Amino acid sequence: MSESTISVTLEVWRQPGTDAAGRFETYQLDGVSTDSSFLEMLDMLNQKLLTEGKEPVAFEHDCREGICGSCGFVINGNPHGPDRGTTVCQLHMRRFKSGAKLTLEPWRAKAFPVLRDLMVDRSAFDKIMAAGGYNSVNVGNAPDANSIPIGQDAASEAFDAAACIGCGACVAACKNASANLFTSAKIGHLAMLPQGQPERYTRTVAMLDMAEDLGFGACSWTQECEAACPKEISVKWISRAQRDYVKGRVVKGI
Amino acid sequence: MIETSTTPLDGKCPTGPIETRWARHKEHLQLVGPTNRRKYNVIVVGTGLAGASAAATLGEQGYRVTAITYHDSPRRAHSVAAQGGINAAKNYQNDGDSVHRLFYDTVKGGDYRARESNVHRLAEVSANIIDQATAQGVPFAREYGGTLENRTFGGVLVSRTFYARGQTGQQLLYGAYQSLMRQVDKKSVNLLTMKDVLDIIVVDGHARGVVVRDLKTGKLDAITADAVLLCTGGYSNAFYLSTNAMKCNVTATWRAHKRGAFFANPCYTQIHPTCIPEHGESQSKLTLMSESLRNDGRVWVPRKGKDTRAPGAIPAAERYYYLEERYPTFGNMVPRDVASRNAKYVCDDGLGVGQTGRAVFLDFKDAIERLGKEEIARRYGNLFDMYEKIAGENPYQTPMKIYPAPHYTMGGLWVDYDLMSNLPGLFVLGEANFSDHGANRLGASALMQGLADGYFVIPYTLAPYLAKYGNKGGVAADHAEVRGALEGVAQKTEKLMSIKGERTVESFHKELGNVMLDKCGMSRTEAGLNEAIAKIRALRSEFWENVRILPDKDATLNVELEKAHRVADFLEFSELMCVDARERNESCGGHFREEYQTDDGEAKRDDENYAYAAAWEFNGVGADPTLHKEPLTFEFVKLTQRSYK
Repeated sequence: MSESTISVTLEVWRQPGTDAAGRFETYQLDGVSTDSSFLEMLDMLNQKLLTEGKEPVAFEHDCREGICGSCGFVINGNPHGPDRGTTVCQLHMRRFKSGAKLTLEPWRAKAFPVLRDLMVDRSAFDKIMAAGGYNSVNVGNAPDANSIPIGQDAASEAFDAAACIGCGACVAACKNASANLFTSAKIGHLAMLPQGQPERYTRTVAMLDMAEDLGFGACSWTQECEAACPKEISVKWISRAQRDYVKGRVVKGI
Repeated sequence: MIETSTTPLDGKCPTGPIETRWARHKEHLQLVGPTNRRKYNVIVVGTGLAGASAAATLGEQGYRVTAITYHDSPRRAHSVAAQGGINAAKNYQNDGDSVHRLFYDTVKGGDYRARESNVHRLAEVSANIIDQATAQGVPFAREYGGTLENRTFGGVLVSRTFYARGQTGQQLLYGAYQSLMRQVDKKSVNLLTMKDVLDIIVVDGHARGVVVRDLKTGKLDAITADAVLLCTGGYSNAFYLSTNAMKCNVTATWRAHKRGAFFANPCYTQIHPTCIPEHGESQSKLTLMSESLRNDGRVWVPRKGKDTRAPGAIPAAERYYYLEERYPTFGNMVPRDVASRNAKYVCDDGLGVGQTGRAVFLDFKDAIERLGKEEIARRYGNLFDMYEKIAGENPYQTPMKIYPAPHYTMGGLWVDYDLMSNLPGLFVLGEANFSDHGANRLGASALMQGLADGYFVIPYTLAPYLAKYGNKGGVAADHAEVRGALEGVAQKTEKLMSIKGERTVESFHKELGNVMLDKCGMSRTEAGLNEAIAKIRALRSEFWENVRILPDKDATLNVELEKAHRVADFLEFSELMCVDARERNESCGGHFREEYQTDDGEAKRDDENYAYAAAWEFNGVGADPTLHKEPLTFEFVKLTQRSYK
């Protein structure tokens, strides 16, 4: 933690509402501590704008620990910025050189309408989850947790998929705005575990069909989603979900 | 002069043998039949562990539930960030754990300021939570043989903590969230996202609804129901810098307090010992490093101040492993309040490290030598990565620097054994209530309490209220109280928008936080608290004359306006925290009054005069509140001076 400061030029997408026209605005910001996070840099910009009597930039954020999935926008063409496996709240300004020019845009996808500036509406993800992203088990029904052994490797692999934070970077990175990585990660998490088996195929079909209905695109296997995912979720989950989808549709007749 | 009510507050706890209190209580609770449940509307505010689990479970039972969150999705609630684990008295490790021991550890850990009946119930249902979460698909850590793995946490001598890497809260929340979305799909839960609850509607002395502001459009709406459940978390953001998420706030509970609900023990706040230290002025929040790290990390500072050598170059004899030396039995695993206070002491003595001198080392060198880097990475990999991203140093090579930060609040709205506040029809769950952790919460107990309340307590304790007082169909939209509450919020919003002053909301919040951390943080004095109250009052007046909100209209998505409502409430609430801290002339758990300490600097309780929960009644902003005391009796755990030596 050795503090120094840098200057950055920001080109930020400003859009006052979903149906309003948007445009880029340019801001110059000096004295940015290299120890501050990217969002703290935006805080600094907003305090400056407010002091000047200008409207601050709206961006979504909450935990600032890379786990809630609230934050996310595109920096110079990269969802969540240049670092792999890093949400924008965990990106720090020491990553940038003084004089850097940074272009900030919201996720762009038909299913994610812009709310204001860098904020988008991701409620479509909840609709995919409601379509089947769960084990149907009412409280009171559960057997003792140790009654079904689950191998360490299987539990760990299930966790890899369950780590998805639902930020939407995969959709933003995809030229088709496909939600396949998000949807397949949940399908894969539950399909890895014995408790997820009873609804495995109905879940897969319902969730993937719902994603299509909501206007998310199809997967054309460019794997950009995996590169953009802050939790580094593998595209292998997409292949597995597709296999289960075909099996569900063709073999099981769902 | 604070006025004290002479009638003791009754928690309505069952009596008799503690082991059977909950079972006997449940047997006699009135039920609502399956076909009648759909006639009752229940509002659940907040979708963290407590809220999501309550909404899902009540939906499963057949009630008509409205779940409200200010996030764009229930999955973002701050429970998601809990790292280390969840306690349960399963005794899978065969190391002497039991319901009684979990009960005992929690009462003792809370420094004998929690209700025995509640804590015992919590310990009893803890095991069911693990079963439920596993059935939902929560990928807990497993042994090679496929059984569940445990680790240990501060303040206990058994391994009873279940975990999912360093993301236990995330996985438990997703389990509850998924159950919630299943009920949304079944239409038994109506999910409202991006809505901020700004008032509680009270009709004929019963909580019957809430006023919400749509965060996308600014539109105000009243939602009415037969009962309201607040599951809105804690108030650590009164300190501005805390480990809480940026949006965490006291608004729903504070506005319920202003409507008559008592606020209990607001001065019981937890300062977590292992957080990444502040980096400078632009700091917006602090990041926790899970307490589980203390399982393998050793805490130390150099024996002489301003030692500029690299930590690795300082020989063992010149290192002060202060927790291991002072507390040989518990060592690095002392409870959080003890660990935090000791970090403060060594830094106050000039032994702190880092740029600011407000940090201590958490060193994994010995553990890496003993277990290998791979095993350490398996246990804590994501935490180490996170540390490196934030601090820019590799903890596999150089010790982490840590310092305490506000993290959790044990205080909250007062509730009885059934989790109902003194305002009938208003139930409070999870961190938002005051009930289970006394003056200090043990690690991995917050997740346990949130889910216990939501999955296993409220589904039983809500029914008797509904059966007796529910009015099946709610309150008319044009009822005077509904219109009055809506108008009140509209006026407050208009007032905030019309000030058009010079200072940002953030600058007020930051200034308030500095006062609170300095005077009402890890240690407190009467004089300091009086000073804080004067400063808070001055700051509050300035806020209402000089705050600036942009965009300058409220009928739109307006982040500054959202924050202004929250900070306005923190500016009122913080005064109550200080009043409560000043009134409690003893030290206990996270509440440390410098005037009351033992010769070796430990918290000195006064059981004779302060073995009560302090529940405060609102009398107006700036007016002295009235104190109601709920006496705490200890029949099953002997009151002793807590010792971790």
